[in-house]
This record gives sequence, C-alpha cells and structure tokens, in this order.
Amino acid sequence: MLVLVAAHLFAALVLPAASRRHTRVAFAVAALLPTAALCWALAHTAPALAGRPPEESVVWSAPLSLEFAFRLDALALTMTLLVSGVGALVLLYSGRYFEPGGGDAARSAPLLLAFAGVMLGLVWSDDLLAIYVFWELTTICSFLLVGQSGVSRSSRRASLQALLVTALGGLVMLLGFIVLGEAGGTYRVSELAQQPPTGAPAAVATGLILVGVFTKSAQLPFHNWLPAAMVAPTPISTYLHAASMVKAGVFLLARLAPVLGEVGFLPATTAVFGIATMLVGGWRALREYDLKLLLAYGTVSQLGFLTVLAGAATPLGALSVAAMLLAHGLFKATLFLVVGTVDHQTGSRDLRELSGVAGRLPLVTTVAVLAALSMAGLPPTVGFVAKEAAFETFLGGEGGFLVGIGLVLGSVLTVAYSARLLWGGFAGKPGVPTSTASAAPVGLWLPAAVTACGGLVLGIAYPVIDVLAAGYAEQTFGHPAEYHLALWHGFTPPLWFSVLTLLGGLTLFLLNDRVLGLRELLPARLPDAQRGYERVMGGLERLAVGVTGRVQVGSLPTYLAIILLTVLLVPGMVMAFRDTPVEQLRGWDKVLQVPLALVILIAAAGVVRATRRMTAVLLVGVIGYGIGGMFVVGGGPDLALAQFLVETLTLVAFVLVLRRLPARFTETASSPGVQLPKVLLSVAGGVFVAFSALVFSSARDTPSVVSQEYLRRAEEEASATNVVNAIIVDFRAFDTVGEISVLAVAATGVASLVLTARSARRRRRRPADRTSTPAASAGSVTGGSDPEVAE
Amino acid sequence: MTEHRPGSWDPASTEPWFRSDAPAERWLLPGYSRDTRERTILLELLVRVAFPTVFVFSIYLLFAGHYRAGGGFSGGLVAGQAFVLRYLAGGRVDDSSPFSIRPPVLIGVGLTIAVLTGFVPVLFGAAVLGSGAVTLTVPVLGKVKLVSSLLLDVGVYLLLVGVVLELLRTLGSGIEADMAAGEGRRR
Repeated sequence: MLVLVAAHLFAALVLPAASRRHTRVAFAVAALLPTAALCWALAHTAPALAGRPPEESVVWSAPLSLEFAFRLDALALTMTLLVSGVGALVLLYSGRYFEPGGGDAARSAPLLLAFAGVMLGLVWSDDLLAIYVFWELTTICSFLLVGQSGVSRSSRRASLQALLVTALGGLVMLLGFIVLGEAGGTYRVSELAQQPPTGAPAAVATGLILVGVFTKSAQLPFHNWLPAAMVAPTPISTYLHAASMVKAGVFLLARLAPVLGEVGFLPATTAVFGIATMLVGGWRALREYDLKLLLAYGTVSQLGFLTVLAGAATPLGALSVAAMLLAHGLFKATLFLVVGTVDHQTGSRDLRELSGVAGRLPLVTTVAVLAALSMAGLPPTVGFVAKEAAFETFLGGEGGFLVGIGLVLGSVLTVAYSARLLWGGFAGKPGVPTSTASAAPVGLWLPAAVTACGGLVLGIAYPVIDVLAAGYAEQTFGHPAEYHLALWHGFTPPLWFSVLTLLGGLTLFLLNDRVLGLRELLPARLPDAQRGYERVMGGLERLAVGVTGRVQVGSLPTYLAIILLTVLLVPGMVMAFRDTPVEQLRGWDKVLQVPLALVILIAAAGVVRATRRMTAVLLVGVIGYGIGGMFVVGGGPDLALAQFLVETLTLVAFVLVLRRLPARFTETASSPGVQLPKVLLSVAGGVFVAFSALVFSSARDTPSVVSQEYLRRAEEEASATNVVNAIIVDFRAFDTVGEISVLAVAATGVASLVLTARSARRRRRRPADRTSTPAASAGSVTGGSDPEVAE
Repeated sequence: MTEHRPGSWDPASTEPWFRSDAPAERWLLPGYSRDTRERTILLELLVRVAFPTVFVFSIYLLFAGHYRAGGGFSGGLVAGQAFVLRYLAGGRVDDSSPFSIRPPVLIGVGLTIAVLTGFVPVLFGAAVLGSGAVTLTVPVLGKVKLVSSLLLDVGVYLLLVGVVLELLRTLGSGIEADMAAGEGRRR
C-alpha cells in the first residue's frame, strides 16, 4: 500500500519532464496510477468488507513510535473509489481541458497526481500522525493548485486564504490528535476505536479536532475559502474542492466516529454547524450567477449535510454518510466537469449569458441532467437512495426530529439550486442570444458521463452500495444497521418528506426572483464570513507592523543594549543568586600564557582608544590571534587552526567593508544622561563574561565521562585518531549538518541582503544613468562579464 | 568591445598601454586585471606561486583531518583564503574567473553532499550519519584507509569554499563595483 502511495509521489516528481511537451500523454500516464490504486482496492473488496482489512505498517522512527500504518477498511474503500476513481477521470479530462504545452498544464499534471497520492495516503492511514501529515500535504497541494502561476492577484489571495484557514484548522486538529493519542496510549485509530478514551481528554480532543474538520470541510464560519478557491481551473476545483479534499473533514469525522462517539456534545455541535452551513450554502447558491460559484456554494451546503450525518454517531448515520459521500462525489464531480466543458466550449459560465446550450451540446446536457437529478435526490439515482437514508436517520423515530426538519429545509434549497443550475446553464432564455458552441470532444464529456452513469447505476443497483455502507456501519459500531439502502421502502415518512422537498424546491425555484427581492428587506450589514476573515488578517498585519516598528528601531547601540540587558538579566541573575565556588584559581598553567595575555590585554585597551576604524579592526584581529595562540599553548591544535583561519577571514571581511566607511569613527557627543548607562551596561557585560568564564571552567568537579568515552571509541568506531574530527564528523555529525545548514542560510541571507540593497540602489539610479559611463553597468556583480575581457 | 589578447599587444591599437602586461594565463588569476595604478606586481607574482600550494595544502587538511589537525572546516577555510589572496592580488572574483561555479551553487552542492552522506548508511541498515571504513592497498601509497565520513567532510569543505566566495562576491567585488559606479557617476 505504501508502494502505491509512494509511486504516485515518485511519478509526480518525474512527470514535469514530460508534461510541458506532451501534455495529453502526461495526463494519460498520470491517470494510470490512480487507476492502479483503484484496481488494487477493488481487488481487496471482499476482505475489506468482511472485517479482515488488508493492513501494512512501516515504522520510520521506532524511538518516537512514528509509523505509516495503512488499512483498507470499508470507509477507506469508499473514499478510494472517490479519490482514485474520480482522480483518474479528472486527469483524463484535464488532458483535454488544459491548453497543450501551457504552463498551467505543466504545473497541474504533477501536482494533481501528487495530490491523488497524498489523498490516498490520507484515506488509508490508520495512524493519527500519518493522517495529520497527509492532511497538511493536501493543504499544500491545494495551495499550489489554486495559486497556479501566482500571476493574478485573485488566485494568490484565494490560495493564501485556503492555506491559512485550513492550515490553522490542521494545527488545532494536531493538538486534538495529541490529546487523543496521549489519553488513549496509542496513535493507531483502529486500536483507539477498541478502547476509546473517555472523560475530559476525549471532550477536549473532540473540540479541537472539530475545528480541523470544520475548516477543511468548509463549515460555517470558515466556509468562505471554498468559493474563493473557485478561481482554480475547473478540473482542479472538481477534484479538490468538490470530490475529494473537502471531504477530508467529513471523512475524518466518520473515521473517528467510533473513537469520539461517546462524547456527548458531538452530535449536537455537528448538527448545529452542519445545518447552518447547509442553509447558508444553499441560500447563497440561489443568488450566484456564475455556475461554478453556484456549484461551490452547493458543495458547501452538501458538506454541511455530510457533517450532520457523520456527527450523528449512530449506525444509521454511518450508513447514510457512506452512501452520501459516494453519491455527492459522483454527482458533484460530474456537474463541475460539465460546467467546465460548457465554459470551455462557449467561453462563459455566467447563467445570464448562456442560453440554449442544451440544443448545442445535447450529450453534455443529458449528463448534467442525470447528475442534477442525483443532486436533487430524485429516484432512481444514488442521491435519492442516500437522502432517504439520511432522512430516515433523523425522522424515522431515532431522535433529532428538529435536525431532520433542518435537513429537509436544506434539501428544499438543494432542489431549488439544482433546478436553477439546469435552467441557467442549459435552457433557452427569452431575450438572451443563443450561445455558440462547438460539439464537445470525447475527452471532455466522457469522464463526466462515466461519473453520471455511475450515479445512476449505483442507484438502480442499490444493493452494491448497501453492502459497502453497511460494511462501514458494522465495522464502526459493531453491529449492522437494521435499515437497508433501497429505492423503495414503502410509504414511510422519509418518502413523504422527499416529495415535500421536491415540491418545495421547485416552488422556491419558480419564485426565486421574488424571494431574492425579499433579501432587500434584510439588514444591510449581516455578519459576513469573508469580511470577518479579512478583518482578522488586517488586524494581524497591523499587529505585525506595530511590533516590528517597536522592536526594529534600526539603531545598533539599542540592539546591543537589548542583547546585553537580556544576558545580564537572565543568565546573570541565575549566576548572581547561586553561589558557585570559583576554585582552582591560579596564575597560569604555562608561562607562555602570560605574555599572550598581556598582548591581548594591550590590544583590547587599544581598541577602546582607537580613533581610526582600520586600527580598531586590526587590533581586534590581534586579540583573535592572541586567543588562537592560547589554544596552541593549551594544546588544542584543531581549535587553534580554526581560530586563526576564522580570524583571518573576519579581518578580510572587515577590511572589505571598511572601504565603504569613513576612516575615522564619527564622534558624536552624547549627553551624560545616555553616556553613563552605556558605560555601566558595557562594564557590567564585560564583568559578567569574565566572571562566567571563571565559574564555568571550575564548575566541572569530576572528569567528564563523555570525553573519556570519545577518546576510547574514536579509534574503533569512527576509525579516526584525531578525536576532535571524530566528534565533528561522526559522534556529533548531526550537529555538524545542522551547523553547516545554518552557515549556508546565513551566507545566502547576508549575500541576498547586500545584493538586494545594491540592485535597489541601482534601479533607482538607472533612469538618470542610462547614458553615463559603461562602468556602472560593467560592475554588475551577478551577471556582468567584464567588458575588458569579454572573449 | 574589441577582443583583446594581452600577449599580442599591438602598438597601433587603441587599448590603453597599461594593458600590455596584464596576465595572459587565465587559470592562475582572473582574466580581469585592475588598473596599473592599483596593481602590485610583487603581490600578484607571489599569489601566482602561492595559490596552487595553498590549495593543495587545503586538500591535505581535508584528508588529514581524520588523523591530525585539520578537517573539512579548516580545509575549506584555507581553500577559501586562497581565493581571498587571489582577489586581493588580482581584483574581482566573478564570472570571469576560471572557476565559474557560482558560489550559491557550491554552497548548495556542499550541503547536499553532507545531507545525502547522512542518509546513505540508512540504505545499509545503519543509523543516520553512521560511518564505515574501508582499507585499500594502493600500489604507490601503500595502505589507504577510507572512512565514509570523509564525504561529510567534503560537503563541509565545499560549503565553506562557497561561503568564502560568496563573501568575496558580495562584499569584495560587489562593493568595488559599487564604488566604481559611484565614481563613474561623479565623473
């Protein structure tokens, strides 16, 4: 299983080489991997449903007990159908949708494939921490896919919003995972399910995890990132923001249902937020003119529906959530693909401009009607089967009648916007010129037709989906639901509610304009999630600017003073209040140390007295070499060598910079009120350093065991006779790698700062400088070859 | 810009006369040579002799590190300082120099080697950053013991050279070019 996930990611790494030249081939090849994953999962259907799920685990850090544990149970299988099935179709569709050879295609093919891989990892994971890792990886893929080239402002904003909102939720969720894992003693979901933690930890974890679920699955009040993300190309919206990624939240809720099922507030919370989301999303969908935004708000609404079902934590709820996940994935993917096709062929997806598309694209329209029937919940589609089960969950006697009414209201809106979508996208409208459209190529309608027919076939062959959903319900709650998915249950309350929903929805659609007129009566400034998000972000930015302005004052003495004060206050205090004895105090160990110390002291005094910068720098160099000499005398040749070399380099760097500075220190007569604290602070700093050196060097009263072991083992374990080097490249090699990383970052950072400042100066200068000497341009550091030697 | 070969100086050419003694060998000094008024021939000559020696010494330090004083850090710094010498004598270090690897690339390569070396032992089932040794018998040199952690040292060495070159590029030639630009504007 790990191999399959890794293969996705590996192929995604290789794919960019091909995707620019051979766009269609690249997408077709990419589609092979999800297909393989789908086939693998289908081949293991029987054991997955029979309660003997295929498992696999790879420990990648035993001391931290981190592992990739995969498990294909009924829920994972359901999600795999969506993730890999829809994934393969969307990749095929993308091959036709994206312009061949374009940058979008070259970027999207590997990213979509990588996304399919991490999403697969997410649904197969049995380990909370692995789930978190994959969860955040999907967030990153979404960020990159929505942002695309990052050229347009709207896509940058949308991708950033999606990233910030979902990553925030992800971090909160991680806290919840840790609480859960520590309380339960294991991070394996399947083990937690057998012995769920109870009490306060479970409640806290539930609250935290719900934040993650709500952000990822676009629940109120976080829902706005999803419609904003619709700036992405349609295949991406289809896959990430309709069929798979946004389902991750609902999936997690369903996955953790047996673990969190005992928490009392879970059903009520999910019901309140879910229904609110369902109603708001449906309401907004009735107002939108862009077909894609209409669908996006529809998705928000449906996600609310799914959240309510997944949070119900009953076998029947589990049954309906599994059916609904599948149904929604199928019809929503179809509709997005269809809207993409209409957009591709007519050049518009504004329902005020489109007219008579049905006559032009009959096949596409048929597909859309099939999917919309499923969305509205009409027989004989899978949408109907799932919605019946959902109604049964809450209306069939098992508690939560109010919730059921909420769902019915939400479904009325769903019917209304389904009708609005069909009418807006495909019907002929009086007064609007008929849109021109060429016939859609096979690559553009076939994937949509496959998902649409899937919805129809699964509705008619409802026992198939019943086995799957019942398998999940049984694995989750230990006993199967008594209810079975079917097209016909007799004249039961859910059926009547379905009829009511249909009639209500159609009425609402017909009266839509008048209802929208009523909106004018609403108060103008209703709380708006988008405005809230922007206000929070604006506040953060203002805070950052304020803090930076206070902290970064741009004065070197102030920075030094802050550093010294911190040193004096924190470690200085500790040292002042602990009476560490200063022992073994003696004049010198070797006589040679005395003249060296004298040289150092004289140089130090000279630095303070120096008036020329160059003198000061050279004297600082003398101090450095003096200390190097101390190392030589003390018997540390390696240390001395490094000290001499670093000192030389520092000197050179100083001298190089000094060319740009005045030769003498500029004496500014500061007032006594400033001078005295300065003197006091520097003296105190110096005393602290001197005193701490004494204390630290006499703090060790027994010879270090570590040193002895290093000496003993250097020869046999690191095969080195130079123990210092053995420590650097072997015993403490991890430190070395860390240090050189810091060095690389620091060098790059300093270089960038210097180069940026210079190129900014040059840009300012350039307009006036265009006709002046070539010397100015010849001096370009990064790219300029010297004109004198150009060969 | 006319092509200019310092060795074949033509009296009739419009080139300034002081270019005639500019270094012709490209591998010892950067092709660029500064204005005669700023040149110190003695230093240039010394650097020509010293540069390869210092460089070899740095490589010695790199290999000797396992047994005597030295190591990748010191070796890299010494090699870097060979370039510093070259810069001080010959002027700028930039694309015109024979080693036209850009410093950031060198830093990146060094870091990559160091990190990858850390992961190689995992393939053999050892811990990250573990090490092993092979003793080879080479005809002339006799027994040579190769320790895998030498590769880590090589990474450190390259990174250090890159850092020093980066320093020369930004603070050395960069500031020089800036000053030249400043003078150019004033003129």
